[in-house]
Formats: sequence, structure tokens, C-alpha cells
Amino acid sequence: MNQPIIDTSPKVSDEVRKTTCYMCACRCGINVHMKDGKVAYIEGNRDHPVNKGVLCAKGSAGIMQVNAPSRLRAPLRRVGPRGSGQFQEISWAEALDTASDWLTRIRKTDPSKLAFFTGRDQSQSFTSFWAQAFGTPNYAAHGGFCSVNMATAGIYTMGGAFWEFGQPDWDRTKLFVLFGVAEDHDSNPIKIGIGKLKARGARIVGVNPIRSGYNAVADDWLGITPGTDGLLILSLVHCLMAAGRIDLDYLARYTNAPLLIDDATGLILRDPDDRPLVIDRATGALVPFDQMGVRPDLNAHHPGHRTVLQLMAERYLQPEYAPEAVAERCGIPALRIRALADEIARVAFDQAITLDRPWTDFRGEKHDRMLGRPVAFHAMRGISAHSNGFQTCRALHVLQILIGSVEVPGGFRFKPPYPKPVEAHPVPHCKSQPDHPLDGPHLGFVRGPEHLALREDGSPARIDKAFTWENPMSAHGLMHMVISNAHAGDPYRIDTLFLYMANMSWNSSMNTRGVIEMLTDLDENGDYVIPRIIYSDAYSSEMVAYADLILPDTTYLERHDCISLLDRPICEAGAAADAIRWPVIQPDRDVRGFQTVLIELANLMELPGFVRKDGSAIYRDYADYIVNHQRKPGIGPLSGYRGNGDQTGRGAPNADQLDRYIRNGGFHVTHIPGNAEFYKPWNVAYQEWAVGMGFYDKPMPYLFQLYVEPMRKFQRAAEGHGERQPPDHLRDQLRRVMEPLPIWYPPFEDGNVDPKEYPLHALTQRPMAMYHSWGTQNAWLRQIHGQNPLYVSHKVWQQHGFAEGDWARVSSVHGAITVPVALHGGLNPDTVWTWNAIGKRKGAWALSEDAPEATKGFLLNHLIHELQPARGDGLRWSNSDPITGQAAWFDLRVKIERVEPQTECDPHFDAIASPVGRGPKYLIWKVGQ
Amino acid sequence: MTCLPQTTTRKLGLVIDLDTCVGCHACVISCKGWNTENYGAALSDIDAYGAQPAGTFLNRVHSYEVEPANGCATQTVHFPKSCLHCEDAPCVTVCPTGASYKRAEDGIVLVNEDACIGCGLCAWACPYGARELDAVAGVMKKCTLCVDRIYNENLPEEDRVPACVRTCPSGARHFGDLGDPSSAVSQLVESRGGFDLMPELGTKPTNKYLPPRPKDRLQGVASEPAAGPSATGFFAWLDRALEKI
Repeated sequence: MNQPIIDTSPKVSDEVRKTTCYMCACRCGINVHMKDGKVAYIEGNRDHPVNKGVLCAKGSAGIMQVNAPSRLRAPLRRVGPRGSGQFQEISWAEALDTASDWLTRIRKTDPSKLAFFTGRDQSQSFTSFWAQAFGTPNYAAHGGFCSVNMATAGIYTMGGAFWEFGQPDWDRTKLFVLFGVAEDHDSNPIKIGIGKLKARGARIVGVNPIRSGYNAVADDWLGITPGTDGLLILSLVHCLMAAGRIDLDYLARYTNAPLLIDDATGLILRDPDDRPLVIDRATGALVPFDQMGVRPDLNAHHPGHRTVLQLMAERYLQPEYAPEAVAERCGIPALRIRALADEIARVAFDQAITLDRPWTDFRGEKHDRMLGRPVAFHAMRGISAHSNGFQTCRALHVLQILIGSVEVPGGFRFKPPYPKPVEAHPVPHCKSQPDHPLDGPHLGFVRGPEHLALREDGSPARIDKAFTWENPMSAHGLMHMVISNAHAGDPYRIDTLFLYMANMSWNSSMNTRGVIEMLTDLDENGDYVIPRIIYSDAYSSEMVAYADLILPDTTYLERHDCISLLDRPICEAGAAADAIRWPVIQPDRDVRGFQTVLIELANLMELPGFVRKDGSAIYRDYADYIVNHQRKPGIGPLSGYRGNGDQTGRGAPNADQLDRYIRNGGFHVTHIPGNAEFYKPWNVAYQEWAVGMGFYDKPMPYLFQLYVEPMRKFQRAAEGHGERQPPDHLRDQLRRVMEPLPIWYPPFEDGNVDPKEYPLHALTQRPMAMYHSWGTQNAWLRQIHGQNPLYVSHKVWQQHGFAEGDWARVSSVHGAITVPVALHGGLNPDTVWTWNAIGKRKGAWALSEDAPEATKGFLLNHLIHELQPARGDGLRWSNSDPITGQAAWFDLRVKIERVEPQTECDPHFDAIASPVGRGPKYLIWKVGQ
Repeated sequence: MTCLPQTTTRKLGLVIDLDTCVGCHACVISCKGWNTENYGAALSDIDAYGAQPAGTFLNRVHSYEVEPANGCATQTVHFPKSCLHCEDAPCVTVCPTGASYKRAEDGIVLVNEDACIGCGLCAWACPYGARELDAVAGVMKKCTLCVDRIYNENLPEEDRVPACVRTCPSGARHFGDLGDPSSAVSQLVESRGGFDLMPELGTKPTNKYLPPRPKDRLQGVASEPAAGPSATGFFAWLDRALEKI
């Protein structure tokens, strides 16, 4: 037989350039194969700590993103009315002059008139530095509408949370419990981890209303009712305490379980030096918790006080937390709850593991081995994007701590620079004055009412009302409230809204149509209520049409970036790591990296920290900043190759630093010594390593906070104690929600609307092959997710007599949409859901106006208001968690009815003119010959 | 008509673990990227930014819902599908020009695009729907098992696997010689009960699938509560337990 002769060793590429992906927030390492100076193929970088060679669909489709027809081409000045999409291309000189002229006037009179909010920003340590230099208190990134509950609950409870803060010990865990809608953060590492668990037959349990993705491969699925995760978790706590299956040794040594709480005040008993006190079991004496050799007594008796563990027993052993009491509400049979608690206990205690690694704890006690409890948890937005999300996330962290599985072999492990206790974080700063920088970092962690961002008259200092009595612990700000508050002039009016990478006129806002109206609303003089809007984006997103000035950003392969330890790091549990992006291709358009544009603006405005005394620029561009900026002497954005090139963590700036990163594959890794890899908050070897790396200035061991005293301080204020007092209308709420031990309360929507009239919960989740709105412009990815039906359960399908191809009208108390429906059997019976951000506005993203994303794709955002329904008190109550201000996306309740098949989803929006035209009809994408 | 080789020296193929595949489509896009740039004509996309985008893919992931017989909750199976490189490949024997062929040395089924007239008979004959006619190039496209990667001396040895295998984040895809009982993939098939897709058709696919493991088995409680569901009982237990530490 004659087989053709084929070349099985064709040349793969001329060159491989290694940089960092930005097709989602995961930040994997990629090998960009170049042919003739063009991107020919993208694959994962095997050496990279995040993805270890693998790459998801989004990452592999990067070639379609850097060549997308939706890329903006030049700075734009709006010439038609807002929303029309009519722009004129202008030069960078004109764009920068215009922006600096607007901003300088604000800075010289009242810097708070600028609201600068960045969306999916990966340079927050830089953008916040810029905003601080400018002097506005109004800065945050998108955490407030993303997962601030998870992050903040984690920091207050144990000094870190999931994803960027830590990860399961994938190589050792035997039971992995995944809560909530989590098909994305973090993307590849979870998939790699699941693969490892599957390969050795470990058990995966999914707790999620929707059985898709990771939950589809979970060995057990608990189809929980949305918003009840906290109740389920506290029921597990009930079972474990009742069974006596908690880690007493761990609780006594490493947590505040033995601390003594004053019955009268609810505050922790301390000595005059402010050190918490415990009763030593050996001597019965009252001694500081960290004294050498002390054995804190969990069941101590001290007049007028109870230990935290005693308080927990009194609360969680109440019958209201028994599985039988919560089963109906959670939508999970009591036996399944008991079985899960039993399995957690079985694996944690009967299958405990040990590593023969000696270590020394902060009390000076030497341990000859490391005991591990091989149960690990993970959760993200699914449990946190509720009005009870903070307490739910707290409950989950407390559950992990009770079984002693945090920061031990087989359990949940922190990634450097975490763990970091609250004390290692700044408090919020908000004092602004003309022509001055802000008095400190914007965002931080309040320790009590004294740190709220209030003006002298008690009114909110920030436009988003972060760090106010409405949401005291809003550590990431409330980006979802900025436009609404600015439009309402509540707490005050602003002049310029400056946004980066945030599609606020579409999928990134609640109440999309309302936000569009706010952006285009005119005052009595015929001027826009929000007078000026500057926006930076790389692509022709829906938000572009609503800005007055567009500063076009580059794509991720055309820019410098740093994935910094000062920011949102990419470390591993056993290593510190950071990374860069660098221009592996040059832009073919008149665009500039946004961070470089911020530096150019700072130089024009002569902002402190950016110019010398003589007015000359300190930094030429962002690359220059990455290398030469020092946050503290010797500590800069990148930790590797400092000084003469061989220093890590601390060291003088090194002009060759970026080249060294590029030669190393775009990243740098420093491994933690073996005896420092676990028990990090209490491990002397880790603490010393962390000081050497510059994470702390001195060792700072701490106890996990089962009982969060700062929360009690807000309750006390609400009870009338202290100088700073909340307004009367918030006292009840503060007393109720700022409970220092985790509680569960129903999502606010359950009380605001009639659950009988709106019987269904409505959710979105992000598909693994699409990231927010970005993927739609990608010719390959949009063939996977080009439209999104509303998925309904068997129960709903039968109740309404749906058939394939049917449409439904879905209504909330706020609005209605008409959309296609589809049956999904693996679904909580009272839940409907759809994919997030597939629906697009006609005219955006260089798609044709009849693209399925614009006709059959839809947003649930139209059903969700940024405010709770009016209560008749004249107040605007935000639809957010009352502790952190996290947007309560998943509280949504709806009703559904069958309607005649439609040709397009409702609501309709007029097409916006495209500043970039339309994409081509055919793609035949072969770069090499 | 085109003849199949009597035997092949090796039987290279994929083993796909349906217990582990999370349905992320990484393999789909990695395949699209590599095979657009490499073997034969580019995998084109028509109406790429329009109403009915339709591109050529050599590998697609389908999702199916399964209602378990025991009354437990509905399950979802993610099912990646590409050419199975059958031993008795009907797509080859049906080819009128000899363009479709099965390689004698490794069993890979390929299309010689120079000889392909785009008649589509092979796609019709394939019971798995694993071939797609590229609408722009007018030639039949199919999984090549990355024949231009697995022997490619310009790639590091560890990268000489199909693009879909190299990229799969959960490690659900395995590549090797299924004709060698001692190979890792054959062992995996043996230990996990790997199966042929639609064996009744007699195509003898080389690729194998590993079945999902049984689910939802956490239904009972083994241990008795030591402390009891009350604070008083808990404190008594706590004192006893602390004495033992």
C-alpha cells in the first residue's frame, strides 16, 4: 500500500516568547510561538507555578483575542450624545491634555470629585498608588461586586481566604468539598487539582444548586437551595461538635477558642499590655496567650467570662442547627447532611496523616512531626454574593478551623505573602484636601468604628459609601454603587468618573437599563448629571459608548504588567511567585498600555511620587515603574532578581530585572523551606522566612479568630457605647448582622419580596470557556457559548408545561425579561440559572447586529436592582451584604411564565454605532506558510 | 474504495476519562489552534463575527444528562469526541480516491488533502460524526492525532503528544499505544474498565473511554455522637477529652 510521505517534524515556530496569560484572572504562564513576527500558537508554560503547562480554552484562544476586530485603534473623543457610539479619533497628545486638564482642575479644588474605579485590574497596587497621589478618596477595583465577602471573611477569621490567598493541599487531601458557583477562580489550578484527586480516587463533594462542570464530576452532589449554605455549614458544625469530632489540641494552641469573653461587654479579656489572656490548664493561672509553655484551657472557668469555645457550644448545639431543622430550608435531606459531617470527621480524624518534619511554634515548643487533617474546602462567589455572604464565608472558615485542617498537611494551605492577620493590613484612609495626596491607602481592614471612612459630620467620605455604618467592613469598596450614588448625589456629586476595564453600562452593573439612564441623564441645565466620563478599555465594549474620552489600552500580548506580591499574587502554597507580561508583539494601532497612560497623566499633573522636586518625571512608563518603584526601601513590585540580580524579596532596584524575568520564562519562584511549609501562622521558621522576603517587618504569629472582636465593637456601638455612633435607622441591622460568631440569616430578598409570588431563585455562573464579556469577540470561543438559555429544573419544566424551543417571561420585583428556556435535570428544583455575560448589546464587540449574543443571549442583570425595594423611609438601601457591601447578585428571586416563542430576547436596546466597524466574514488563520 | 492495512505495528490513540473531564473545552480550542497553524489547510471559520458562526473543529465536547436507575439526582457527563482511529475504519474503505488512509506504522487515520475531492462520503460513513468538511478549503478535516507533534523532533520530547493531551487541565486525556498491553494507557483501560464507543458497529475503535465512577454514595452515618446535641453534654465531654490530651 502506498502511503503518502508526510513531514512529521515540521518547524513549530521561529521563536517562543514566554509571558503571562490574561484571558481570565488566573494568570497562567504561556508560551507564545512566533512565526514571521506574528503570533502563531499559544500553549501553556510547563515551568510555570500556576498552570504547569496546561492551558484552558480561553488561554489557547488568545490568538483570536489579540487579533480581534473589536480592538480599539486610537484615542476617541465623543461627538454624538452619550450612548450613540459616535466618536472622533484624536491624537494621544490631545487625549492626555484633555484628561489632565479635567483632572487638574478637580485636584486643585476638591480631589473627591474624581471617582476612579478599575474593573478587572491586575495592577491595583499601582492604580491605588496613583489614586492616592491624586488625593481622591474614591478609588477601588471590582472586588465589591465580585467576592469581597470571601476575602474579607477569610482575612478577619484566619488571615487569608481561597484562591489567591491559599489552596487545598492537592497532593495530600483525601476529601475535597467545593461550595458554590466556582467554575472559574481559579481556573486551571482547580482543574489540575481535581485531576490529581481523581487519579488517586480521593472523594470530591460538590455543594451547589447546579450540577455542571466541577460539580458534574463530584462523587457526591448536594443541590442546595441558594442562600442557605451558611445554614448547612452551621449544621455541619452542630454535628461535629455533638459528635465530639473537633480538633481540641489545634483549637487550644492556634485559635482564639480558649480566649475569655467578658459576659458584660463581649470583649476579649486582656492584660494592661493589651495581650489576650487564657487560663493555663497546667497551673490554672491567668496568663498571656503566647507565653512560653502555656496550655490554654478551652473549658476554663473564670468569673464573668466564658471561653469562645463555650460560647460556640451554647450557640451551635441548639436544636435550630440540627440537620432535621435545616433540611427543608437547605433543600438537602437531613441524612445527607449527617453523612457529610460524618465523612468529614472520618477523613479528618481517622485518616489523619503526618509528615516527619520537625518544627518549632511561636511559644517555643518543638514538634517532631506535622500532623495533617486531609480535608480541604474551596468556595468563591456562589456562597459570597449574597446579603448573608460574609457570615456564610465566616462559617466555612470556622468549620475548617474546628476540624484543624487549615495550614496543615492535606488541608487548606496559605500561599505567601499570606497568611497575614488583620493587624498586618492597613486601615482605610479617606482624608482628602486640595492639591494634596490622600492621607494613606484607600482600602483596608477596620478594627472598629474609629476606622470608618466618615467625614466630620458623620456623612460618608467615599462616593460608594464604603466603610460606613451601612457596610463597615467593605474592604474592596462598592463599585456597583458608584454610578447610582453619583447620579443620586448621595452622599455628594462628582465631576469625573474614570473607569478602567469595567463594562458598567452592561454586564458589570445591576439594573443595566437604569445605569444606562443614569449615565445619560441630564440636569436642569441640560448637562449630564455625571458631567465627565473617561474610560480605558482595549476593546469596543458596551461601556465605550457612554464615555466622553476613550483611552485605548493594548491587548495582553502588547504590554508590560507585573503580577506582584504587593497586589494579587500567583503564589503556590510552597513558594512565593510573581510574574510579568511584556510586549511579545508591538501594537499595530495607536494604543497605549493603561498603566503607562496613568504615568503620563501623573507626570503632566506633576503628582507627588511621580515627579521630582524640579518637576521631572521619575518614571518614563510602566516598565520603568515596575523596575524602579520602591514601596519601602528595597521592596518593589517584583521580588526576583533584585540588587545585583541574586537577591530575592528585598534588594535595590536592578536595571536588568525585566530581562531576567523574560529569560526565566516571565516569572520568578522562591520555594519555602520544608520545615516552614505548614503551620505558617505559628511556625517560627516560616515567620523568619517571611520577614526575609519582606512580607512582614518582624515575625507576627497570631491566633485564628473564631470570634471576631472588631465585629462585636460595631455591635457595641449600635448598643450605644462609644463616641462614634451609628444613625438610629442602622442600629438594629448592626446589632443583628455584626455577630462575632458566625450566624445565618435569610437573604434580604426573601424578606423584601413575597417568596410565594417569586418562588424561584435565579443564578448565573460563568462557563469555563468564556470570561465575562471578553470572550464574545473571540471567533473561536463564541462558537462554544454564543447564546444562553435559561435552565430550569424538571419541577419547573413540568409545572409550566414547557417543551423544547419554548420561551418564558421571567420577572423579579424589579423587572422582567423574555428568554429561551431549556431543561436541566441536575438542578435544585426551585432554582433557574443561565451563563453569565453571554448576552451583548447590538453594535458592541464588532459583532453583527444579528449575532446570537445580541438576539438570543440575555443578561439577568435587568432583574437585579442595586437598591433593595423602597421602604417608604426615603433612604436608599443598597442590595448588598450589610457587613462588607458585597453586591448580593445571588439573592435574586423570580417567577416564570410560558410565552409564545419569540425571535429575540426582551428587553430590546437600540444598536450602538461601532467605533471599530464589524469583523470579517471569513477567518482562515494560518500565520506561517 | 481504499484498503486498510492488515495490521498496524502500533495502535496509537487516546484514552479519555469521563470521570474526570469537567467539560472545559480546553482540548477543543488547543486542537483548533494547533491544527489551524499546522497539518494541511487551516481550520476556517465562516461568519466568524456574525449570526451563524460555523467553524471547522476536529474535536468537540458534548454534554449529556443521565438519569440514574437508583433514583439519585440527575448526572451530567462531558463527552469529548474526535476521530477514534478505528481498526476497521469505514471512512477509509469508502474513500473513492485513496485520500483517506490508515497508517501501517501507528494506525493513525489521516486524510491526504492533495487527493481529497471533498465528496464527503467518509463523513457520511463515519458512525461517530468525527469528520468535518472545511467549507473554505473544500477538503475533509479530521483528528490527525497530531501526527506532526508526536514525532516532531523540533519539540521537546515531553511535548510530543497531541495538543489536546498536552493542554488538558484535569488530566482526563491520555495518549499511547493501545496495541501494547503493557503500556500505561492499556493498563489504565484495564484497571478502570475502559470501553469502546458503540462496539456493536464493528469499527474497532482504538480510542477508549473510561466510565464515570458511581456517584452519590454518601447516604449514611457510621459513628455515634460522643458529646450529644446539648451544651451541657458537650462541656462534660470536653472536660473528659481535655484530660486525655
